[in-house]
Formats: sequence, structure tokens, C-alpha cells
Amino acid sequence: MAERIKPAEKFKRDRVPMKEQDPKERVKNFNEVPYGYSLEEAIKEAQRCLQCKPAACVEGCPADVHIPQFIDKIIDEDIEAAFKEIKITNALPAVCGRVCPQEEQCEGNCVMNKKGKPIAIGRLERFVADWAREHGIVDEDIDESQKKGKKVAIVGSGPAGLACAADLAKLGYDVTVFEALHKPGGVLIYGIPEFRLPKSIVNYEVEQIKKMGVKIYTDYVIGYIKTVDELVEEYDAVFLANGAGAPSFLGIPGENLNGVYSASEFLTRSNLMRAFDFPEFDTPIQAGKRVVVIGGGNVAMDAVRTAKRLGAEEAIIVYRRSRAEMPARAEEIEHAEAEGIRFELLTNPIRVIGDENGNVKGLECVRMELGEPDESGRRRPVPIEGSNFVMDVDNVIVAIGQNANPIVARSATGVETNKWGYFVADEETGKTTHPKVWAGGDIVTGAATVILAVGAGKKAAKSIHETLSAQ
Amino acid sequence: MARILKKEQWSDTIFSMLIEAKDVAKASKAGQFIILIPKEHGERVPLTIADSSKDEGWVQIVFQVVGKSTLELSRMNEGDELYSFVGPLGMPSEVEKFSGKVIMIGGGIGIAPIHPIAKTLKDLGNHVVSIIGARTADLLIMEDKMKEASTELIVATDDGSKGKKGFVNMVLEELLATEADNVDRIWAIGPPIMMKACTESAKKFNKPIIVSLNPIMVDGTGMCGACRVTVGGKTKFACVDGPEFDGALVDFDELMARQRQYKEQEQKALELYKAKEGLA
Ligand SMILES: Cc1cc2nc3c(=O)[nH]c(=O)nc-3n(C[C@H](O)[C@H](O)[C@H](O)COP(=O)(O)OP(=O)(O)OC[C@H]3O[C@@H](n4cnc5c(N)ncnc54)[C@H](O)[C@@H]3O)c2cc1C
Ligand SMILES: Cc1cc2nc3c(=O)[nH]c(=O)nc-3n(C[C@H](O)[C@H](O)[C@H](O)COP(=O)(O)OP(=O)(O)OC[C@H]3O[C@@H](n4cnc5c(N)ncnc54)[C@H](O)[C@@H]3O)c2cc1C
Ligand code: SF4
Ligand code: SF4
Ligand code: FES
Repeated sequence: MAERIKPAEKFKRDRVPMKEQDPKERVKNFNEVPYGYSLEEAIKEAQRCLQCKPAACVEGCPADVHIPQFIDKIIDEDIEAAFKEIKITNALPAVCGRVCPQEEQCEGNCVMNKKGKPIAIGRLERFVADWAREHGIVDEDIDESQKKGKKVAIVGSGPAGLACAADLAKLGYDVTVFEALHKPGGVLIYGIPEFRLPKSIVNYEVEQIKKMGVKIYTDYVIGYIKTVDELVEEYDAVFLANGAGAPSFLGIPGENLNGVYSASEFLTRSNLMRAFDFPEFDTPIQAGKRVVVIGGGNVAMDAVRTAKRLGAEEAIIVYRRSRAEMPARAEEIEHAEAEGIRFELLTNPIRVIGDENGNVKGLECVRMELGEPDESGRRRPVPIEGSNFVMDVDNVIVAIGQNANPIVARSATGVETNKWGYFVADEETGKTTHPKVWAGGDIVTGAATVILAVGAGKKAAKSIHETLSAQ
Repeated sequence: MARILKKEQWSDTIFSMLIEAKDVAKASKAGQFIILIPKEHGERVPLTIADSSKDEGWVQIVFQVVGKSTLELSRMNEGDELYSFVGPLGMPSEVEKFSGKVIMIGGGIGIAPIHPIAKTLKDLGNHVVSIIGARTADLLIMEDKMKEASTELIVATDDGSKGKKGFVNMVLEELLATEADNVDRIWAIGPPIMMKACTESAKKFNKPIIVSLNPIMVDGTGMCGACRVTVGGKTKFACVDGPEFDGALVDFDELMARQRQYKEQEQKALELYKAKEGLA
């Protein structure tokens, strides 16, 4: 058991930094960038926590992780107990500890943030989950007496589907997950790159959930092989968690030239199909000498950093607003900058230029300036007349957002969607307009975050349990 | 799941396989396709469902060896399991009972995907005239099955080694020259250049023609946009909006350019695989 330090000492200490791969080295590989805390580092960081009651940090966490409690158990050096404490509310701590936008959530709310030194909650959560995995700790004891003999179908194996499956399995339900791709995990597998979230971690989480008795059928596209209507017939409840996977394009000339990708395609080729290891893996990918990624969100950062690792000499972000408006996490932008990514801000693409073989050779852009604020309160970028210029580029990757994919919705009679094709579901329960159907995650909210999807999965599980128990 | 039940070699480079896939067989309709990954580390290969049996629970694929993945697939044997097999995908063909005749054109490996559509149309009571063609007699596949699925069958080979001498689009034009008034709908499936030529012929006679597009795909479920094609000036995703489209609206040149995107890498992958496996 490590000692509890005095409050004055707590305020004096700085955040324990996390060691990471040197930027010069890491742009040559796909290994994870930060190394994670050692036990000593974790304890040292945990000692800084003030153990607030009530805890402001928890308010900022969409999953209500029992933050002060698990941190306290780290100081006790009882990591197993810390793990079980986290798992009460968060099914995917190793993932969330890595990819949550902590600065806006738990850490943003931490009282120590006022001093600019919030407790590194994400890093501690990650440490605990990694430790548990390395030491073979599992918390999923299913009470056999709970066997309910009721069947639930889940569409999609992203964080929302997995979290819902885990909770329902714990409650003794017979859960089957249907996944369109050949591997479960959703965006965690096909979208977020290896260097931010190693796939071995996602696979481990999926295995844990399978060990709880959850059946996962991959290669099973609901809407084609079976409709939601059929699932409703065969199961006691259905949870739709099929994500928002359809890519948006800009609609500018030349967008169908060879060498133009959606970020979804580029990342899917690299992550899911492991094209970064071509020809060891068969799926090819193109990343030429100069690659432009259009967009300013997390997806754009992932795509541009992937392009750099695939060998691009210059990997460039083109974004039409200024740095302050970029929706990507600060940490991701900093990582990208450290890796030598160039940022062309206040720049808008207007035309992709091709050569005689239909391959990309240039991107025409126009410079922008910030005008009056628009409805969202952000200053609207307006083109500067006559500022057009052409960049020589080999690839253009479009990362401007995702839409709802209609395949599931069109096979679901009586489940209402909004005008963008997202399911209409109650925020607290996930209930849709169909009494046997729940929905949650990106397919309800539009592209959001992992932890919100986990939260939606848990809420739906609770509501499904309440509804089915009352029958 | 997805075991190879039966394998046949139909020519130098064309193979047929029956794949055990109960649920896929049950749900599949004419015009749809599957995506398979032969082995771990493999890529996702889209192939049309050439036939299926709900009772026996299999799906038939007919494929031509053109690169590493199809070569690897052709070297797998009865009893082997495919790493991944997903389907049915895509929109089914829009079939109905037409008052006039329908013409079904299959070129080369395109005969395999035209077959289930012809069969369905004939079962609906249509008068089905099929034109099937290949470079040479040895490469002509599924003649008997097509005979069964058609009211009339015309065979053509480029070199005249079987049936009429010439390309299928030439046969189509001859047919339309005498019969255009009796024809309600045309389907053409084969290499893009053949579908483009058939579309030109159909346009001359102002006849609607449906073509099935085969751009490079990844997921096949509308999530990546790799398969985008321009139809009527708009971008469509062939995997979910198609694969069948009104030929008159398709930008075939763009399709052909996009199919060449990975030529270099594909060549390299094929050479490496052959070297590793000791193949000539
Ligand atoms: C590149 C990228 C980076 C991101 N980075 C972060 C980050 O750092 N931090 C963060 O918090 N969030 C991040 N996000 C957002 C986050 O990943 C998503 O909000 C979250 O994954 C949504 O979870 P979900 O379960 O709703 O859907 P998804 O993860 O999209 O999973 C849906 C699953 O359903 C499957 N499916 C779809 N249709 C069907 C069908 N018809 N039948 C069967 N299965 C189907 C899909 O194949 C998929 O596996 C990122 C997203 C992307 C794309
Ligand atoms: C909807 C659809 C249905 C198809 N049906 C059949 C069929 O029934 N029989 C058949 O023999 N072929 C069919 N194809 C084409 C088949 O998918 C390709 O020949 C195969 O993927 C080539 O893989 P490879 O590694 O052997 O060759 P590669 O060396 O990878 O490529 C050779 C050529 O095949 C095409 N190709 C490569 N990868 C893909 C891909 N992922 N998707 C589509 N095309 C690709 C490219 O034009 C390429 O130049 C179909 C394609 C589509 C999209
Ligand atoms: S789940 Fe995310 S928001 Fe919640 S405590 Fe963990 S890192 Fe913070
Ligand atoms: S708000 Fe910060 S200091 Fe307070 S309990 Fe939470 S993590 Fe600890
Ligand atoms: S293949 Fe990915 S959208 Fe069609």
C-alpha cells in the first residue's frame, strides 16, 4: 500500500507524464504512440487525486465511472479491485482510457483542472485495464441462476452493441450479435488506427464478451440476409447499433479520380484489411509522396497520420476554418504536428485535377477568411476572391463526416427515423417507436464518441431488462 | 460455415464452386452478389451469385482467375473452409413479366451472373432470348444451363470457333435490326467494354438496357465509397445502389479507369504469390 500524501503536496506535484515513442521513429511504424504508465507512475499520479465528494470528474464522464474510488484502489495497490470498480459502469476501459476526449469530459471537469493539472484519469483507467488484461483478471461471473431464457438480438458490434451485449449477458439473457464485417469491433477495428488503439486490445475485449456466452455472428448483414422485421419475430428484443458508417463526399469536380479516397475507405483498407502490411496482406492501398486530407476532425487526423506512416513525404491537412475551430482533440492535433504534418488552414478545396490516366495530380483550393458567426456560433469561412492556387498531390482523402447507412432502417417496419436517416430513440432508455426495438450509438446521435456509444448500449440493456422482466 | 462443397474447372482460368451457406442461399435473389476472403490475410473479393439452392443450402460462384486472390481461391479444394463469406449483397434485379421479349447478353465470365436473372425471368413467363459469347469455344461456359434458362439461345465467339463469329454486341444489333419492336428490355453483363458496346447498340434502337457494374469494392455495404460510379451525372455506390444500373446513364470510361487503380500492386502481389508457391 502506497502512502496517502498531504493535500499541500498534492497541489505541488505535476501530472506524471506518459512516455511515448519518439516522433521521428513512430512515423515509420504503426505501433502505439504512448507507452502507458508503470505501476509506480500510476501510483504517483493517483496520489494527487483529492477524492472529492461529490466528485466533479464523474459529472463529466458519460459512463459515470467511479473515478475517485478506482483511483483510491490504485494507491492501495489493489489493481484488481480498481478494475472491478471501473467495470461496474464501463464495459471497455482499455479502449476509453485511450480514446475518450478526456479534456472535455472527466479531466475537463476535474477540480485540479483549474490549476491546469487535472488528474490523468484516462491514463489511469488505461493502466488499470491493461494491468488486468496482462494479469488475466476478469470480472464477468455470470450468475447461472439468472438464466432467463429470453433472447435478444443486437445489430452491430461496435462499442454500443458490445456494451449492451455484455450487460445483458451478465443479467442472464441469451444474446446474439450480428455484424456485417468479418471482424467484430465496429469503428474500433476498422476506423481508429493501430497506433492509437492496438487491435489486440479490441480483440481481447471481444473475446471477454464471447466468454460470457454472447454469440457473435460476423459476415451477417442485417437488411439483406435477415430483416429487422424477422429479428423482431424471432427475438424478445432487438437493439440496433449499426453506427453511422456511410461516407460523405464534397461533391466537387474530379472526386472520382483514382487516388481520391473517403477517410472510411482509406482507414478500412489500412486497419481492417491491414493494407499497411501489403503484400503480406493482400489488400492494396495508395499513399503517394504528397497526400492531402480534407477535414479537421479526429477522423482527418487519423487519416493524415496513417498516410505519413504509409510513406508519404508530405502529409497535409486542408481545413476551411482556423485551428481554433478544428473539432479534433487537442492531443491528436499535437501528435500530428509533432509528426511533421503540415496544416493548410483557412483553405477550401474546389476541384481535384487528374492526369490523362485518370489519376490525381493536383488539388485546386481557395483561401478563406473568417466572416460573421453562423447559426452554430462559429465564424463562417468565406472565400477570398482571386486567391485560387493548385497544390501538386498524389492522393486526396475526404474526411468531412459520415451519414446514416440506410440498409438496416429500410428493413425495419415501424421504427421511425429522422430526416437524416437516424433512428429516433429516447435518450434515457434507447426505446424506439417500435415496442420490441431499441437503438443507440452513432445511428441515433450521428457520429459521436466511443463512451457515448458505450453509455447508450448500457442504457438500452437496462431498459430491455426492465421491459422483459415486467412481461 | 462457408465450406467448399464442390469444385469444377470449366476452362484454363474459369472455375465453379458450390459453397455451403444456408442463410445466404435462403435470402439470395437474382442479381445479388457475395464477398469472400479466401484465406486469412486475404482481400475481400466480390463475386456474383450464379445459382443457389435453398433446399440444399448452397450458393454457386463462377469465377475467372485474374490475379492473386482468384488464383488462391482456385487452388482451394472441396472440404476447405473460406475465411469469410458474406451475402447476399446489392439490390436484386428488377424482374417482372414483360409483354415483349427480353434479351439477355452474357460476355465471358459475365454469363455466370446473367444466368440467374435469365432463369428468374423465364420462370416468370417471359420470352427470353439469350446471347452468350466468349473469345473462343474453350472459354464458353454454362451453355447447357443457359439453354435451360432461355427460350432461344444464340452463341457467338470472337474467332468463330463456335456459333456465330463476332462480338455479342454485333449479334445484339442484328437482332434489334429485325426485332426491335418486340423487345421490351435488355440485360448485358460482361467486361465494361462489352457492356459499353451493347449500350451503344441499344441506344441506337432506343431500347432500355440494364448493366451490372463491377468496380473495385471493399466492404460491399455502403460504408467506404470505393465502388463509386457515375450514373446520370450523379455519384452512386455500386454495392448498395446497384450493382445493376441503366446502361444509358453509366460513365463506362470512368469505371474502366477506376478498375485500373491498383494495377501495379496487383501485379506485384501476383508475382510474389507465384514465387512463394512455386507456380510458373
Ligand atoms: C476514424 C475514427 C476515429 C475516431 N476516433 C475517436 C476517438 O478518438 N474517441 C472517441 O471517443 N470516438 C472516436 N470516434 C467515434 C467513435 O468511434 C464512434 O462514435 C463509435 O464507434 C460509435 O459506436 P457505435 O457502436 O454506435 O457504432 P460503430 O462503432 O460504427 O459500430 C457499428 C457496427 O455495426 C456494423 N453494421 C453496420 N450495418 C450493419 C448491418 N446492416 N448489419 C450488421 N452490422 C452492421 C458495422 O459494421 C459496425 O461494426 C472515431 C471515429 C472514427 C471513424
Ligand atoms: C459486384 C461484382 C460482381 C462480380 N462478379 C464476378 C463473378 O461472378 N465472376 C468473376 O470472375 N468476377 C467477378 N467480379 C470481379 C472480381 O471481383 C475480380 O475479378 C476479383 O476481385 C479480382 O481479384 P484478384 O486478386 O484475383 O485480381 P486482382 O489482381 O486484384 O485484380 C484484377 C482486376 O480485378 C478487379 N478487382 C480487383 N480487386 C477487386 C475488388 N475488390 N472488387 C472488384 N474488382 C476488383 C480490378 O479491375 C483489377 O484490375 C465481380 C465484381 C463485382 C464488383
Ligand atoms: S470513460 Fe472516458 S470520460 Fe469516463 S472516466 Fe474514463 S476516460 Fe474519462
Ligand atoms: S475531480 Fe479530480 S481530484 Fe476530484 S476526485 Fe475527481 S479526479 Fe480526483
Ligand atoms: S464497396 Fe464500400 S461502399 Fe461500396
